[in-house]
Amino acid sequence: MGKTLYQKVWDAHTVGTLSDGRTQLFIGTHLIHEVTSPQAFGMLRNLGLTVKYPSRTFATIDHIVPTINQDEPADPLAAAMIDAIRKNCDDFGVTYFDLKSGKQGIVHVVGPEQGITQPGSTIACGDSHTATHGAFGAIAFGIGTTQVRDVLATQTMAMESLKVRKIEVNGKLRPGVYAKDVTLHIIRMLGAKGGIGYAYEYSGTTFDNFSMEERMTVCNMAIEGGARCGYVNPDETTFEFLKGRPYSPTGDDWDKSVDEWKSFATDADAEFDDIICINAEDIEPTVTWGISPDHGISIGESIPDPAAADPDEKAVIEEALAYMKLPAGTPIKGIPIDVAFIGSCTNGRLSDFREAAKLLKGHKVANGVKAIAVPGSQITAIQCEKEGLDKIFEEAGFEWRAAGCSMCLAMNPDKLVGDQICASSSNRNFKGRQGSPIGRTVLMSPIMVAAAAVEGRIADARETFDVSDDSAA
Amino acid sequence: MAIAPITQVSGTAVPIPGADIDTDRIIPARFMKCVTFDGLGEYAFYDVRFDPESGEKTDHPLNDERFNSASILVAGINFGCGSSREHAPQSLTKYGFSAIIAESFAEIFYGNSTTLGLPCVSSNRENIDALKAACAENPTLQVSIDLDTMTVTAGDLSFSVNMPASARQALLAGKYDPIKELLDNNDKIEATATSLSYVG
Ligand code: SF4
Repeated sequence: MGKTLYQKVWDAHTVGTLSDGRTQLFIGTHLIHEVTSPQAFGMLRNLGLTVKYPSRTFATIDHIVPTINQDEPADPLAAAMIDAIRKNCDDFGVTYFDLKSGKQGIVHVVGPEQGITQPGSTIACGDSHTATHGAFGAIAFGIGTTQVRDVLATQTMAMESLKVRKIEVNGKLRPGVYAKDVTLHIIRMLGAKGGIGYAYEYSGTTFDNFSMEERMTVCNMAIEGGARCGYVNPDETTFEFLKGRPYSPTGDDWDKSVDEWKSFATDADAEFDDIICINAEDIEPTVTWGISPDHGISIGESIPDPAAADPDEKAVIEEALAYMKLPAGTPIKGIPIDVAFIGSCTNGRLSDFREAAKLLKGHKVANGVKAIAVPGSQITAIQCEKEGLDKIFEEAGFEWRAAGCSMCLAMNPDKLVGDQICASSSNRNFKGRQGSPIGRTVLMSPIMVAAAAVEGRIADARETFDVSDDSAA
Repeated sequence: MAIAPITQVSGTAVPIPGADIDTDRIIPARFMKCVTFDGLGEYAFYDVRFDPESGEKTDHPLNDERFNSASILVAGINFGCGSSREHAPQSLTKYGFSAIIAESFAEIFYGNSTTLGLPCVSSNRENIDALKAACAENPTLQVSIDLDTMTVTAGDLSFSVNMPASARQALLAGKYDPIKELLDNNDKIEATATSLSYVG
């Protein structure tokens, strides 16, 4: 019987079995950022340990970086965090993509961009959206700070093996429907807890035809569906993306690596613990109405009514709607917004800005809406600027910012104020997520954010930008 | 690096309302601007303990003086979902909690907690609701979690709880912080590293 990519990568990286039954798993690539690493280095120092393979850890800063002027840490606490990572990387010989390097950015944008993220590898990072790297056929886990310590000290961590669920999406997405809608649709279908205990293998013709950026968008939110990681099997699209990147293999090594990468792909006769099939044509532009990423509905639907819900759901819907201050049972389309945010490790890449700029051209952000576009990395920013996308955003009334996590979780100065409601291309709509304890988040694709910005309310981008079924051809 | 086994946790308990309590709620991101975990205790559940608009204390159970000395948290389904931040269980231990009983836990939170020696046990809704009601009625009720027998007892109430075998074993053996064992396997680590072409 064949094996899944997950099993092959797991087996290749297994060091042994620990006394509690867990696997000691080798982590080939370790990514760190300023929020979850200083305490780990502290623990390392307390135990008198050092970094086992410094060349296998890569660092950058993203969460707290200001996006108006990157060089000015907004407050002393942020400055202390930047100082700490600089010093730690320096002391232990870890590669660090600093603000001045031209390579800084959200860690999950930087890894792929640099060619650090490679098929058949294991990747860990003290950040739950590490699942993003699975788009390359890597097994990538978000970990806690004590585990960051473990990986620094031993390049391994203790891990329980997962089951594998294949999520097959076949067919062509309808015009105006994007990878973000696919991932929101899956989470809506299977629930925010549906993936607990699983790795998700995303496959099918829709994924075959997806770009690497689209694959990353879907894998990014595997964690929102409860899965510990998600991946897509590596193929020519993957290799094409990686070729020529700074950390990609070169010369003879390149061909050898490609052969090896191919060998990690799931075998045709592999068995899965579960299989889900979705028809791409059934997926609609999807937005959230509540406080969990699985509170999703398509743009044509109405906000749920607790009165009509089953008793189990009732309290959850009531709590969500009380927080969101949204009217039960009315269409989600037309709900006014205050802020529009395009960015984050889910949708802060070149293709996201290209697509949004293409549609935004000639449109203006509605009066009273604060709209910001935040590239995921310095390299993304420069690529966008070369193509003049920044100008299109600015002409439309968006602020064009510097690279960072920004309003995805608002550890920098970009925050919602009071109960502002934000149309956001990020990945979490938890209470208080965007910096105000009563701020409200509505998740959607970057294109839907652009449409909401233009209309000043939650809108169907296909109508705002006149995207019709026949314009797709 | 020897650590003491954890076989039993006893104390009074505080019931926390709500399902899907995410780690952003356990510790809001703005309090994560720190380079050590030391001061996190006072910010646990900050945005539900203090009204975001008025800054006044809310009627959240953690503000209820009768629960001041509680060391066990009782919660609903999918506790600790969302971000992988270890700041969440760290803030709970620093606040004074030494165990959590819930309907279910999110995976990363669960792992982070176990590594800190903060046992997380689960049971069905009926049992959890009964325990919550009993604690609400009598905040001085002694609740005891026995990892040997995997039972929770509280007054007349007694029910069995679950925990993955590996976590239970690690807590009972005092090996929940795996660092020593990981380090001990250095030779095998190096052999694995050599076998991987991209590490090489
Ligand atoms: S963009 Fe958001 S989700 Fe992604 S790493 Fe930054 S804070 Fe986390």
